[in-house]
Amino acid sequence: MLRTALPLLGLPLAETEAAGEPTKEPGAPGEPPPGLALFRWQWHEVEAPYLVALWILVASLAKIVFHLSRKVTSLVPESCLLILLGLVLGGIVLAVAKKAEYQLEPGTFFLFLLPPIVLDSGYFMPSRLFFDNLGAILTYAVVGTLWNAFTTGAALWGLQQVGLVAPRVQAGLLDFLLFGSLISAVDPVAVLAVFEEVHVNETLFIIVFGESLLNDAVTVVLYKVCNSFVEMGSANVQATDYLKGIASLFVVSLGGAAVGLVFAFLLALTTRFTKRVRIIEPLLVFLLAYAAYLTAEMASLSAIIAVTMCGLGCKKYVEANISHKSRTAVKYTMKTLASCAETVIFMLLGISAVDSSKWAWDSGLVLGTLIFILFFRALGVVLQTWVLNQFRLVPLDKIDQVVMSYGGLRGAVAFALVILLDRTKVPAKDYFVATTIVVVFFTVIIQGLTIKPLVKWLKVKRSEHHKPTLNQELHEHTFDHILAAVEDVVGHHGYHYWRDRWEQFDKKYLSQLLMRRSAYRIRDQIWDVYYRLNIRDAISFVDQGGHVLSSTGLTLPSMPSRNSVAETSVTNLLRESGSGACLDLQVIDTVRSGRDREDAVMHHLLCGGLYKPRRRYKASCSRHFISEDAQERQDKEVFQQNMKRRLESFKSTKHNICFTKNKPRLRKPGHKKDGVANTETTNGKPPRDLGFQDTAAVIVTLESEEEEEESDSSETEKEDDEGIIFVARATSEVLQEGKVSGNLEVCPSPRVIPPSPTCAEKQLPWKSGQGDLAVYVSSETTKIVPVDMQTGWNQSISSLESLASPPCTQAPTMTHLPPRPLAAEEPQAPLALPSDPLLSFAFPPSLAKAGRSRSESSADIPQQQELQPLMGQKDHTHLSPRAANPRWCIQFNKGGQL
Amino acid sequence: MERHPAFKPCICLFQVSSDQIEQLHRRFKQLSGEQPTIRKENFNKVPDLELNPIRSKIIHAFFDNRNLRKGPSGVADEINFEDFLTIMSYFRPIDISMDEEQVELCRKEKLRFLFHMYDSDSDGRITLEEYRNVVEELLSGNPHIEKESARSIADGAMMEAASICVGQMEPDQVYEGITFEDFLKIWQGIDIETKMHVRFLNMETMALCH
Repeated sequence: MLRTALPLLGLPLAETEAAGEPTKEPGAPGEPPPGLALFRWQWHEVEAPYLVALWILVASLAKIVFHLSRKVTSLVPESCLLILLGLVLGGIVLAVAKKAEYQLEPGTFFLFLLPPIVLDSGYFMPSRLFFDNLGAILTYAVVGTLWNAFTTGAALWGLQQVGLVAPRVQAGLLDFLLFGSLISAVDPVAVLAVFEEVHVNETLFIIVFGESLLNDAVTVVLYKVCNSFVEMGSANVQATDYLKGIASLFVVSLGGAAVGLVFAFLLALTTRFTKRVRIIEPLLVFLLAYAAYLTAEMASLSAIIAVTMCGLGCKKYVEANISHKSRTAVKYTMKTLASCAETVIFMLLGISAVDSSKWAWDSGLVLGTLIFILFFRALGVVLQTWVLNQFRLVPLDKIDQVVMSYGGLRGAVAFALVILLDRTKVPAKDYFVATTIVVVFFTVIIQGLTIKPLVKWLKVKRSEHHKPTLNQELHEHTFDHILAAVEDVVGHHGYHYWRDRWEQFDKKYLSQLLMRRSAYRIRDQIWDVYYRLNIRDAISFVDQGGHVLSSTGLTLPSMPSRNSVAETSVTNLLRESGSGACLDLQVIDTVRSGRDREDAVMHHLLCGGLYKPRRRYKASCSRHFISEDAQERQDKEVFQQNMKRRLESFKSTKHNICFTKNKPRLRKPGHKKDGVANTETTNGKPPRDLGFQDTAAVIVTLESEEEEEESDSSETEKEDDEGIIFVARATSEVLQEGKVSGNLEVCPSPRVIPPSPTCAEKQLPWKSGQGDLAVYVSSETTKIVPVDMQTGWNQSISSLESLASPPCTQAPTMTHLPPRPLAAEEPQAPLALPSDPLLSFAFPPSLAKAGRSRSESSADIPQQQELQPLMGQKDHTHLSPRAANPRWCIQFNKGGQL
Repeated sequence: MERHPAFKPCICLFQVSSDQIEQLHRRFKQLSGEQPTIRKENFNKVPDLELNPIRSKIIHAFFDNRNLRKGPSGVADEINFEDFLTIMSYFRPIDISMDEEQVELCRKEKLRFLFHMYDSDSDGRITLEEYRNVVEELLSGNPHIEKESARSIADGAMMEAASICVGQMEPDQVYEGITFEDFLKIWQGIDIETKMHVRFLNMETMALCH
């Protein structure tokens, strides 16, 4: 690729050159240009970025290879594999180039490789958990690191005094303390890499991981202080310098946190105003976080703490402000960068270890360090835990302590710091480098390999990965409030009290300031979970839909076997007409075929399972704008549709739900009010999904109707946001009359319930309305009412009480009614014939399905059941008490045809 | 469905230290205005409580006979100090020295407190109506979330509960509400015993079985 691009670049610059031989850059400065180059090799111009890209590519490919075998990755942490790979690659490079190249440079590490990892961990840190355990984390991070540094340093110095370290290691107490300070810090990269695969329980994880992040401040301070002491020489260190050292600990950590919070604030504030330039939202997140890192680094504050705090602080507001797509982009980019950086770090660590010119071996020092860091880490953890457990409500038990001690992995930070030492000031640098490499390798490889079996063996409480459920979210919120309330009652201002206060403050001021108004409105955790769950369900439903289809063993349509041309045309008509025209179709006599059934099943499946986009959106070519309203609308609609489905299936589970206040008589406990419960409509209010839907059609009638209708209407699912909906209503089922008439008599207001029967299911007895049909044809009749005419229908229903028949063009079913002088479009509804219930009934759409499934061959039924929540059956019980209500007896005189 | 927690052996919940009792007693007197009993109105004087969206439910829980182990249902008009301690003991942290059975028992007790708060009519089930009430109150803090949203959230949660507890339902099967067993199921995997406690109540323990 590069080669092909080169000639183009070369053309204007140089004249002819022997094509195909891209050997050397033509021309020293003095020479005349050798002519137009057809081909030029410009390796040096692209060398640096090319190598970077190449290394990352190699690392990524290696990752892919590792993950080809699940067995290997389940046993060996990726970080180990990468280090080993680095060793191999380093060996190759060394063998080829005769010198070690491509090593982990501290500058690269601190400026480019570390920030993405820290930002990722800070941004995706479970903040609640983090703050819940902040006390423990801080203790381990500050006290633990100080303890480790001093004890390790002092012990090594003691070792040297005893003579176990070779005298050629020229180091005094200060040097050892310096070394102790850099070797003592638990490394966030290594910890993250190993612990993410181990899945210990979240408390344990957050403590170890939080410690590894926050101890950076201590490490930096200790390192700097010790380093400057070493450089000054121990004789020149004044007492005030010690005090300054202690003070600088606070300055560095708190300063870093402050920088991070300032940038978090800026970031949140900036994203509030990106509404018109969504495309730069992800960029802003990275830029400002990186700015925080660099700023802290510049001021020699703790950059890791700064980025962590920035990520922690901004997340809530940024997530609320930026668009859904940006959120995904941020998430993926962050994860990609972090994993990329991590991979490269481990690989470079491996490569760097090969360079023997940098290090010098001393067994005493190496072994001593290994033993001391393990021992003092364990001792420190035990001591601190003992103290902490005096205060902790949930004490950390012994197993936790073991894992914490053993999980103290050292990593690239230590390595980078040790490389940074000045050899002239620290003569033992080479020994320290070797020791650090060994320690890092030991902790990452040996401990990384063994920690998983250890965790298993000790039966450490694992974290259970379960999806967040709405119930849990609700309960936990309730819980927080209860705890806060109890603290209020007890009069103790504890953790819950302050958290509660903080939330109030956040809600009142911060969120208002930092969140877009629109985002602020709907911002609520419970709501978020609810929304996410719904989206997830919608997706899984569609997936599942496909699965259902295949699992029922349906063969896809075999084309040639259409036995009715007319059917095709009808289907086509159905599919294509989006207009509100009333399709009164001619009657066709059909022999039902398997093909029809397939069509029907498919129809329902698609109808129910798929989102129906109403419009096509033009592809956007703008680089700066993403036409996202289309996407958002789709999301919304998918969401709504899914909600409806959920509610429907919920109905089918028949919760026992009492009616709300205005219906005391239905309130008896244990009274099964099927279905009604779950829809949001009680009180005759329209079922409204979260206010997204418009509420036009069904509602009209409801207000004026009586309770029964209310309960009825609550069952309806409004579908008016769907694209095109056909309601096919079968009027007469000869076979059904005897069985079902009791139920069917009562016709609730016609609502469109998604799966409306397809015409094929009606067996295509389209009647012409002329009444001249053969008997077999008329056994089922269907009328198709476009959805937007439902309103009219509803209105006509509401006026039925007075038995007036409004001229409504969409009377439910125009059967051929020779006895009645009805034009095809005239409503027959008002004519109730209570005296002859068997002959007079109509199918509400919901019932039509039940009727259909009955009338259809039995083979059909199971399929239908899989697809629908069997609403029909429930309806029967539900409706029966009202069977006598004449208002609903809209009947179509069937006798006439028969 | 264990409806009568009143007769449970008191293992973990009645341990409150003497220090705590003194402190709690002081607080109790402060709340009650030096009276021997506290009435609901007394809680209105706690200023911090006002911001709590579900305060009425919580206060109600303080007077709930089920929580007070006095009976299967009903609401007490006033509670004395002993009752107050009983309520407080629900929020004790779990002792590490307890064995698993006791921990489980504690967990159940704590969850029962929560359950009773949801189940306002004491019929042993959280019906949808009750659930909705709680969710509405819970979300009442946010003026931008409409009641209907709250309802649909409650509906969604109920559906979810049904699917968790019953699994695939038969078409005519009825899910009448969340029973306590179902409630336990929903809470599976969450360490409630590590969450439902208040620091104030964590001191040296002393058995205080009545």
